[in-house]
Amino acid sequence: MVGSEVILLDFWPSMFGMRVRIALAEKGIEYDYKEQDLPDKSTLLLEMNPVHKKIPVLIHKGKPINESCIIVQYIDETWKDKSPLMPSDPYTRAQARFWADYVDKKVYDALKKSGTLKGEQQEKAKKEFIEILKVLEGQIGEKPYFMGESFGYADIALVTFYCWFYTFETLGNYSIEKECPKLIAWAKRCMQRESVSKTLPDSKKIYEFFMEMRSKLGHDHIQKVEDFSPFRGRGVFLKHGRLVRIRY
Amino acid sequence: MADEVTLYADGRSPFVCRVKIALNMKGIKYKNMEEDLQNKSGALLNYNPVHKKVPVLVHNGNPILESLVIVEYLDNVWERVPILPQDPYEKAAARFWAKFIDDKCIPALYKVFSSKGEEEQVITEACEQLQILEDELELKGKKFFGGDNINLVDIAADFIAYWLQLLEEATEMKLVTRSKFPKITEWAEGFVNCQVVKEMLPPRAIMLAYYKNRFGKI
Repeated sequence: MVGSEVILLDFWPSMFGMRVRIALAEKGIEYDYKEQDLPDKSTLLLEMNPVHKKIPVLIHKGKPINESCIIVQYIDETWKDKSPLMPSDPYTRAQARFWADYVDKKVYDALKKSGTLKGEQQEKAKKEFIEILKVLEGQIGEKPYFMGESFGYADIALVTFYCWFYTFETLGNYSIEKECPKLIAWAKRCMQRESVSKTLPDSKKIYEFFMEMRSKLGHDHIQKVEDFSPFRGRGVFLKHGRLVRIRY
Repeated sequence: MADEVTLYADGRSPFVCRVKIALNMKGIKYKNMEEDLQNKSGALLNYNPVHKKVPVLVHNGNPILESLVIVEYLDNVWERVPILPQDPYEKAAARFWAKFIDDKCIPALYKVFSSKGEEEQVITEACEQLQILEDELELKGKKFFGGDNINLVDIAADFIAYWLQLLEEATEMKLVTRSKFPKITEWAEGFVNCQVVKEMLPPRAIMLAYYKNRFGKI
């Protein structure tokens, strides 16, 4: 069975998992998608990612590869014949890596803060988030994609956050399109690719998921045990002084 | 056409040192521009407006940023003495460990010293990360993360091999003891004694003085 040669352990709303799904789709790779019921992590997940215990994990011929950006590069290097995701020129490749790294370091945390903090702190977080998006927007500039004419690695790193924008815009009462029109234009351009449009869940579905999870956790009483990250799959929170595990 | 390679650096930085080790391994000639980080040069700010940090490598006028991105770039352009494995799976594994060191180990270790070792939780967290590396070395059973020769992971862990020890000495706080982390201790000794590494490390005295000033007990 061809499908079982490639297995993806994932969680549907995860923007990190989506990156891998897009890469697999771009290459036309058949795979076995295994939805992980976080926080009840499967034995397979714990075995394949003992260090971080996180999704996504790609299992190829029985061997695990972890960390979404590393997985995307692995996919590109292993299935070389079709749809290159990395630029061929080393300098442009280094730039693509830099920007994917920037997204990893900045966007996730800023997005989270802008949606979950309150009052003055939220305003500050929103501003920071918009600033980060503006830097990214500036990098894209007038080009169709991050690195030029071809959709690739850096685009994949950022575009998966697009389906989460609606949630945080609604929570924070602002419009990202108003602040960064060129960025949204770029995102919509990416959405015209089947690999992206078929991977990204509907923004409203993401919003519903987030609101349901938040109501289960009782937003005002959440205390971080570790990085509050539903899609990173830790699933253990401190609620009213007790450790609880939340099912999604 | 002669390659023009310039490195914007701070000789004390383990991140800068990663790049220097890679340059040294590959025998690449370069110009070192030492930066005063309290007073950054116009050139540095021009090449790295986003993060305003060193290291920055400029190759024939093109700037490359972020130490691990630079190391991979050097590996792509100068193929001799490879730093990353050729096999895609091994390459992915090397990148994973380098990222783990950058994202988890180093921040956890810094926290111990910047919090003056006063919080037990911080120390426990740092030791947990070190234990993961210890286990990996045990599993690999070789002299280095890269096997018989150093690779991306060893280079990424340079802080642990050299700077950590000096931080411990300056602050009189010992984390990596031979009894607790025998593999890491052995690996560190091997790493700092590599010719290509030794030549690039900043002098002990300078680092000790810097750390005593920044973190040391008064």
